[in-house]
Amino acid sequence: MNSVPRQRLVVIGNGMAGMRTVEELLARAPVRYDITVFGAEPHPNYNRIMLSSVLAGEKQIDDIIINPRAWYTQNAITLHAGDAVIGIDAKTKTVTAASGLRVAYDKLLLATGSKPLMPPLPGLDLPGIVTFRDIADIDKMLAAAEAKQRAVVIGGGLLGLEAAWGLKRRGMPVALVHLMPTLMERQLDTEAGTLLQRDLDERGLHFFTSGQTERIIGSERAEGVALADGRTVPGDLVVVAIGIRPNVDMGKAADVDINRGILVGDDMATSDPDIYAVGECVEHNGQVFGLVAPIWEQAKVCAARLAGDTVASYVTPALSTRLKITGIDVFSAGKLAAEDDGDEEVVFRDAAKGVYRKLVVRGNRLVGAVLYGDVADGGWYFDLIKGNKDVAEMRDRLIFGQGFADQDCCGGSKAGLNVAAMTDDTQVCGCNGVSKGAIVKAIGEKGLTTLDEVRAHTKASASCGMCTPTVQAILSFVTGSDAAAPEVMCKCTDHGHDHVRHAILDQRLKTMADLREALGWKTADGCAKCRPALNYYLLCAWPGEYVDDYRSRFINERVHANIQKDGTYSVIPRMWGGVTTPAELRAIADVADKFNIPTVKVTGGQRIDLLGVKKQDLPAVWGDLNQAGLVSGHGYAKGLRTVKTCVGSEWCRFGTQDSTALGIKLEKMMWGSWTPHKVKLAVSGCPRNCAEATIKDIGIICVEAGYDMVIGGNGGIEVRVTDPLTRLTTEAEVLEYSAAFMQLYREEGHYLERTAPYLERVGLAHIKARILEDDAGRKALYARFLFAQSFAQDDPWAERAGGGVDAHEFQSLAVVS
Amino acid sequence: MTNWIDIGTIADIPRLGARTVETALGQVAVFRTAEDEVFALINKCPHKNGPLSEGIVMGRKVACPLHNWVIDLNSGHADAPDEGCTTPLALKDEGGRLLLGLDAVAAVAHG
Repeated sequence: MNSVPRQRLVVIGNGMAGMRTVEELLARAPVRYDITVFGAEPHPNYNRIMLSSVLAGEKQIDDIIINPRAWYTQNAITLHAGDAVIGIDAKTKTVTAASGLRVAYDKLLLATGSKPLMPPLPGLDLPGIVTFRDIADIDKMLAAAEAKQRAVVIGGGLLGLEAAWGLKRRGMPVALVHLMPTLMERQLDTEAGTLLQRDLDERGLHFFTSGQTERIIGSERAEGVALADGRTVPGDLVVVAIGIRPNVDMGKAADVDINRGILVGDDMATSDPDIYAVGECVEHNGQVFGLVAPIWEQAKVCAARLAGDTVASYVTPALSTRLKITGIDVFSAGKLAAEDDGDEEVVFRDAAKGVYRKLVVRGNRLVGAVLYGDVADGGWYFDLIKGNKDVAEMRDRLIFGQGFADQDCCGGSKAGLNVAAMTDDTQVCGCNGVSKGAIVKAIGEKGLTTLDEVRAHTKASASCGMCTPTVQAILSFVTGSDAAAPEVMCKCTDHGHDHVRHAILDQRLKTMADLREALGWKTADGCAKCRPALNYYLLCAWPGEYVDDYRSRFINERVHANIQKDGTYSVIPRMWGGVTTPAELRAIADVADKFNIPTVKVTGGQRIDLLGVKKQDLPAVWGDLNQAGLVSGHGYAKGLRTVKTCVGSEWCRFGTQDSTALGIKLEKMMWGSWTPHKVKLAVSGCPRNCAEATIKDIGIICVEAGYDMVIGGNGGIEVRVTDPLTRLTTEAEVLEYSAAFMQLYREEGHYLERTAPYLERVGLAHIKARILEDDAGRKALYARFLFAQSFAQDDPWAERAGGGVDAHEFQSLAVVS
Repeated sequence: MTNWIDIGTIADIPRLGARTVETALGQVAVFRTAEDEVFALINKCPHKNGPLSEGIVMGRKVACPLHNWVIDLNSGHADAPDEGCTTPLALKDEGGRLLLGLDAVAAVAHG
């Protein structure tokens, strides 16, 4: 043991600033102090920045604990969690806690953080009013969300927006009242603030900007807020998140100098040289603090001073901010706008893509950056600002980001980052102070291959996550793995189709709401592009379990007919293998007469199309067709359309096999199936190929020796001749192999991807490996297809002709004159 | 004076869906969002007159079934880069009863 008696350090405040200082101190002088920590909250030290992610359901409380109780024990720190200090006697150097406990100190550290700023409003003491500061607040909000109440958030800054978004993610209708005309006006310029409001509005938040809250409505409990301009906003939960103010209670108790915060010098000491203060409770050079980067810097300096360093001094670093709302990317640093004639603004705007960038240049230096939509270059701009670097050379390319500005031509990497051009001391993670060099070193030395591993070992991107794309790019650069981002599904998500399909299976996501929540969808309802895709993916993954969401289907699949340019519909009954009977033809003729159907046309798929049917007539038309045994031909579906056949050996003098009967068997097996895009089959009775099987998704060409199976053909815009898959000898094999390929396409195809592009994407070798070389795998695919079909083969026309299913679709709500 | 006509209840329209109402001016589409807001538009896409009532509803927008133009339910305007507008009509939800304001239609019809 150390022979020098240890000094006693008492820390008031068990939050991020206090414990970061203790961590830094332990690293520098592990045995210098006996440390006692008092915390008002009954929890170990947690990452307060991530509370919004807990509220949004993206993280659990356990995930945001920085130092568990074991850490205190290991480091011989005495923790009094849930016991607030109520008195400090600076003369006798003792603190007194609420429990009556008295502890003496040699050095005292005040790290009590801040309190929520409360506006002077009548009614603020009513039940139903909460702030957004600690775990207890989160618990109250979650209880309200559970009860499906409505929320009003007062405050459109970082804190208020994150609270509003979290509550929205929890299923509450949320209105947000903000005093200023645009959101986050301290961090964003008007344009970026307006884009932010537009995007959040699309996600279902309701905004009342330029809204001055006058009072809380309600007598027993909060029922909403009233604004000065007469508007009222109803809500059962009112969240006040207009800002914070330093908590100076302990400074008063210790009788040290106080202004807005507890005054500290560059050494982080208060007016009493044995009492230090760090974090949101302090005021330094007239400035108070709310962001993490300067507070980490204070912790470093304070720890050095406590460890005996007499030189370390604190300077407020340049600040950058980011909003933690999944999928909304906002970054700002330095000046938000030109301040005088010497400043120049460079602006880039792509409204359709929702991308906006503004740089503020003074002389040849970058002094400010506001990014919206694409923030990958935020760290780089921030480095230029902090480093006060001369940007004259790249001035004309600066706005396009590092990938372009650092090079002579337009050769930047896909991620917009040029990792090779970053110097080793470039700071990548501002929260945890991790440089590119440190990340590269850790990847090399420890053989890291995943983002999570890099996070665990370096802490880079482990706090706010803003630098995740950069860390990912460095990882890809060092390990040589492909960093190319997959094509995203739509503007509602950053994920590609494959990622979504894997997540559905891996995370057992079974409803659209769960899926959108688990994958951080950016829009509340999704869009016309992703909803039908997700509906199909869920239907394919969970046959018999997933309930089809008909509101996510395109109109044709919703009403089981094909919408035409004038709003009427076409009706195509199934003609199995293209074979019909006089009775069926009579029924079709009668329906055409009875309902004045203007056009009757033979289709390319060997069926008859009734065109120009009025929507309200559809159920009756179907009813009459059903009477004759005709069912839906799914001529409107992303599913099995036709199986075209020739007459084959039954009639044709060249026919080798009974192609008509085989086509009918295939159609009877496959009808009613939903697929990524439409699927057409054909069976030709001989190599003359009259059924045109070589431009179909699956084609069977009969030969004397058996059946040639061909796949991936298309006769549309881009004609593609099928690839030969294999020769089969029996009809049973044809059914098994065809169903197996169909199921493989169902499971791997991207929504709206026909078999032709699917095949080109995955490669014929992959299909052969799955269908030809893996007998057990093929049989499993076949079995999965038949299982799915057991839930799919109900005639949708019969379900609707009887007046049962979706009756409202076919009737007007009202007729008024 | 606005002429408010009772056309039914909010429950008659499925969430994220639409119904149609026949009026002197032609068909009107009435929409209900996921959050039970209701909107009414003349049921014609500004592009090729597609029936907006048949589109997929998302947020406060609908995608036209014919060519996927996205129309704002509140203003009737098409999302950029498309340009065009269909006529929005007043629609109130009074305790679940839906009241359609038809003076605008009348004005157009006779004007």
